[in-house]
Amino acid sequence: MIAFILTAISAYLAYLIFTAGSWTGQELIAGGILAIIVAALTSGFHFRNNKIKCNPIRMILALLYVLIPFFIEMAKANIDVAIRVFTGKIRPGIIKYNPQLKSDFGIMLIANSITLTPGTLAVHVDEESNDLYVHLLNIAPGKEQKGSWAGKDIFSWFDLSAWVRRIAE
Amino acid sequence: MDILTLVVYILLGIGLFFNLVGIIGLLRFPDVYTRLHAETKTTTFGAIFISLSIVVHSLHQYFHANDASGLSLSIHVVLAILVLAFTNATGSHAIAQAAYNRGQKPVRAVVDKLAEVEFLEKEAEE
Amino acid sequence: MILAWNISVFVLGLLIFGATLRLMMGPTAPDRVVALDAINTLVVAIMIVLGAVYKQTVFVDVAIVYALLSFVGTLFIARFLKRNYL
Repeated sequence: MIAFILTAISAYLAYLIFTAGSWTGQELIAGGILAIIVAALTSGFHFRNNKIKCNPIRMILALLYVLIPFFIEMAKANIDVAIRVFTGKIRPGIIKYNPQLKSDFGIMLIANSITLTPGTLAVHVDEESNDLYVHLLNIAPGKEQKGSWAGKDIFSWFDLSAWVRRIAE
Repeated sequence: MDILTLVVYILLGIGLFFNLVGIIGLLRFPDVYTRLHAETKTTTFGAIFISLSIVVHSLHQYFHANDASGLSLSIHVVLAILVLAFTNATGSHAIAQAAYNRGQKPVRAVVDKLAEVEFLEKEAEE
Repeated sequence: MILAWNISVFVLGLLIFGATLRLMMGPTAPDRVVALDAINTLVVAIMIVLGAVYKQTVFVDVAIVYALLSFVGTLFIARFLKRNYL
């Protein structure tokens, strides 16, 4: 039941954002009916278990995460890729990275962040041990024989996996 | 020309530059993984900066000329950028995994840890 | 401002031609999918800029739906590639 209510509320919020600027009474009522239909159809597979962590502090942290560390790492990665596109100096390879996360949401968040941040691309996710196999554009010489990488080896200024651990675990 | 207009032009220029870099990388890099690097990151970043220029321009119109018509446009633009960032990341992950499952090895790779994992047979049995 | 946005639409259109080059000459199927992904992102960017030029919010809505549909298309193509159908 709580999953149904949460799905309905988030669907209604999405409807409100999409129709911002043209709110009339009829539209708001139609949106409510649509949100209830959507929640009845999809609440079953949006939440696998009932342990939902809907802490508002986590939401603020998630917003902060997207705005500051993620964006700075993304800008750095883009400048790095631009330099490598023009000079052509690459040393690619696939390495193993253990973000030490357990929840599905955390793995999803770190895999998506890693694809957009520092010269990396998540290729494969091991379902049992939660290891990520990451393609790096440039591996520093001497580092390629390392068994499993930690967060501070991949990221330079901010350890994104620690941030994701704070948000999603 | 005031300073905010200049900011809008600079943001637009940064966005176009990164899109250009992405396409050059797509044409120049040797294999599919490095091409994904160039394509996903830079085109997403470029689209973010182009949209930022639109958002800054709408806010400037609102505060300077009291023209509120751009505000709902900027809300939709921010939403579109969130959707774009999420879908680009997940889509590139799917493409990379599919390419590896087909047996494409990364060109000029110095290390390939994934070759030690036997997941190709498991996928084929399904 | 309108002129700058029109010029940037023109430049993005030229970049689509560059991506089409990779789409035509890509040696393997995943390369072509990468080029298609790049074209989708550029088309979304063009739609957003045109929405600002004509002051039509509908253009941006269409861009959102286009991004979601192209994402579903990319996922399906990747799934087919995984099973070696293409």
